[in-house]
Amino acid sequence: MTDTPDSPPETAAERRARRQRERYYSASQWTLIWWRFRRHRAAMAAACVLGVMVFLGLFAEFFAPYGTTERNRDYLSGPPQIPMFCDDNGCSLRPFVHGTRTERDPVTLRAVAMPDPETRRYVSFFVEGQPARLLGVIPIQTRLVGLEDGARLHLWGTDQMGRDVFSRTLYATRTSLSIGVAGVLISFVLALAIGGAAGYFGGMVDNVIQRFTEVVRVIPIIPLYMGLAAAMPKDWSSTQVYFAMTIILGLFGWPTLARRIRSQLLSIRGEDYVLAAELAGARPARVIATHMLPSFTSFIIVDLVISFPYMILSETALSFIGLGLRPPSVSWGVMLQQAQSVQAIEQAPWLFIPAVFVVLAVLAFTVLGDGLRDAADPYSEAR
Amino acid sequence: MARFLIDRLFGMVVTLFLVSIMVFIIMELPPGDYAERYAFRKYSGTGVTMTAADVQAIRVELGLDAPAVTRYLDWIGGIVLRGDFGPAYAFDTSVNNIIGDKIWLTLGLLFATLIVTYLVSIPVGIYAAVRRGSLADYGLTVFSYLGLALPNFLLALVLLYFANRWFGTSIGGLFSAKYSDAPWSLAKFGDLLGHLWLPAMVLAWSAMAYQIQTVRATMSDELGKLSVVAARARGVPEGRLLLKYPARLAINPVVSTIGFDVNRIFSELPIVAVVLGLTELGDLLLKSYLDLDMNVAGAILLMLTIVIVVMNFVSDLLLAWLDPRIRLGG
Repeated sequence: MTDTPDSPPETAAERRARRQRERYYSASQWTLIWWRFRRHRAAMAAACVLGVMVFLGLFAEFFAPYGTTERNRDYLSGPPQIPMFCDDNGCSLRPFVHGTRTERDPVTLRAVAMPDPETRRYVSFFVEGQPARLLGVIPIQTRLVGLEDGARLHLWGTDQMGRDVFSRTLYATRTSLSIGVAGVLISFVLALAIGGAAGYFGGMVDNVIQRFTEVVRVIPIIPLYMGLAAAMPKDWSSTQVYFAMTIILGLFGWPTLARRIRSQLLSIRGEDYVLAAELAGARPARVIATHMLPSFTSFIIVDLVISFPYMILSETALSFIGLGLRPPSVSWGVMLQQAQSVQAIEQAPWLFIPAVFVVLAVLAFTVLGDGLRDAADPYSEAR
Repeated sequence: MARFLIDRLFGMVVTLFLVSIMVFIIMELPPGDYAERYAFRKYSGTGVTMTAADVQAIRVELGLDAPAVTRYLDWIGGIVLRGDFGPAYAFDTSVNNIIGDKIWLTLGLLFATLIVTYLVSIPVGIYAAVRRGSLADYGLTVFSYLGLALPNFLLALVLLYFANRWFGTSIGGLFSAKYSDAPWSLAKFGDLLGHLWLPAMVLAWSAMAYQIQTVRATMSDELGKLSVVAARARGVPEGRLLLKYPARLAINPVVSTIGFDVNRIFSELPIVAVVLGLTELGDLLLKSYLDLDMNVAGAILLMLTIVIVVMNFVSDLLLAWLDPRIRLGG
């Protein structure tokens, strides 16, 4: 039936439905992906968790009350101080924590930091701390939270050396996530070059590269990383070790992504538009980058997100056993080194808090990757 | 079939050859060489002053002055022809001596882990696919996310902590104290079996989570196939039907990734070994890396990779035996 002048006029609801349909049909691929992704609640939550982590890590100088090496000698292995409003002596409108005193353990005679329920220290916001540089440039002396009168607030307790676990965890978040980003980027570049060459040229080049990939895939990855990490000279500074670690992690993280790029390139190699680009005189790198890659960018992004957890877990594992980052660098793995034995966890369970961050970050990246994959798949609409 | 076998065997040899080169490169990576480390270990604190000439003398004595290619050929030749992995400088003995029966202990642990992995993941995966959308299915999905997110060594720490807290026992190690240095006997073997379950469970953790998802996915696909509908129409009892058609195929992807699982388990072994106090190759690997005793480390890395390559081959054979399409097509 065609539109005739005497068909009934469009109602408001019909117009809305038509507009929506038009919007849907004219939306770009990325808009469609975003719409599908928005409906994936778990993935949205994961993205928020990661966003918060990145934010806290980036501005650790503001959120963390103390620096990574600041020690509180009066509060060694001290338990977390949780701000409260009420105690045995009544309530207050302002949150406070109890002061501390040091006692001797009756059995081991070690000095043990204990909360002193008789004294109160009030929590205040935007207090003055040690001068630091936000993002490495902006000088800053204000911290988000602290205690009045220069007393120290240890939200998540302190380690054996009296360093604040909360502050260190925030700085560690920055280190661990940034190593993940750098490692993923390096392996992405390698995957692009290796998978690109294999998929574009095929034949002999492909065979040789496949052999090499097979070798890298067959050696157990952590022992391999351990070998490379063990080779780092002992006198390197922590910055040098940090960069070396990102390179080591990136150096062998490419096989999965390279295989994806290779198989995608192989499947579209015979398309006419590729031939057209070649006839127009484009070099291989240009054909791959501007004509072939855009057809599966979304898959690459998904694969990159999914490879994050492996980077983070590898870094944590290596630092945990003492072959990764070295103090004074702080990463989740470096912090967990102090919680290697049952005795250590028994005495100070709060040293295990960074593990929660590891689990949370890996979980978030995995869920986010799954959500992105569903969103990027144009056929998931039918389901 | 013969052609298939020869192809795979040849591929295996080429891969192992390339792997050995890579391992050798890693052994050569640390700064300085054995002569320097050897001299340092032997004479530091004894008051003897070492000159560059003395170090050079040690270097010549150990054959370390030869070019890398010669040393590689020496090293790989010893391994292939005589099964000799060379000297272990840090302990002043041979690598074979240090590794000794630890390789068997490691293999025992590996197979215990694989058995746990498959005994759990195959039935559970099938169950989850049959009961898709049930509460148990959702629970398993959460579990498989955790399988990746909670790394094995953290899981081991958590288990140790709670065992200590609730039962007051320490559950680490491979042997009880009285058997750790005793010669092999039936009682020691029994003791080992009593200790093996915990490291096996910990190591199986992530492989299990991964394989449950694989089995569940294949099984879900197979359940909708016409063969299943036809069998159901013929009146085949549901239990037998599941085993006969979809379950048979759902095992294939598991079999084809055995080598991958072994790789994953070996990858996690050194770190879990630290936490659980296991005295096998993973632990030794870490110690020799920290000591920079690269001959031992290289030997272990090579051994682990050989096991993985062999298991890949076994998985190919098993797959060909299970699936006639591969047997006849290859």
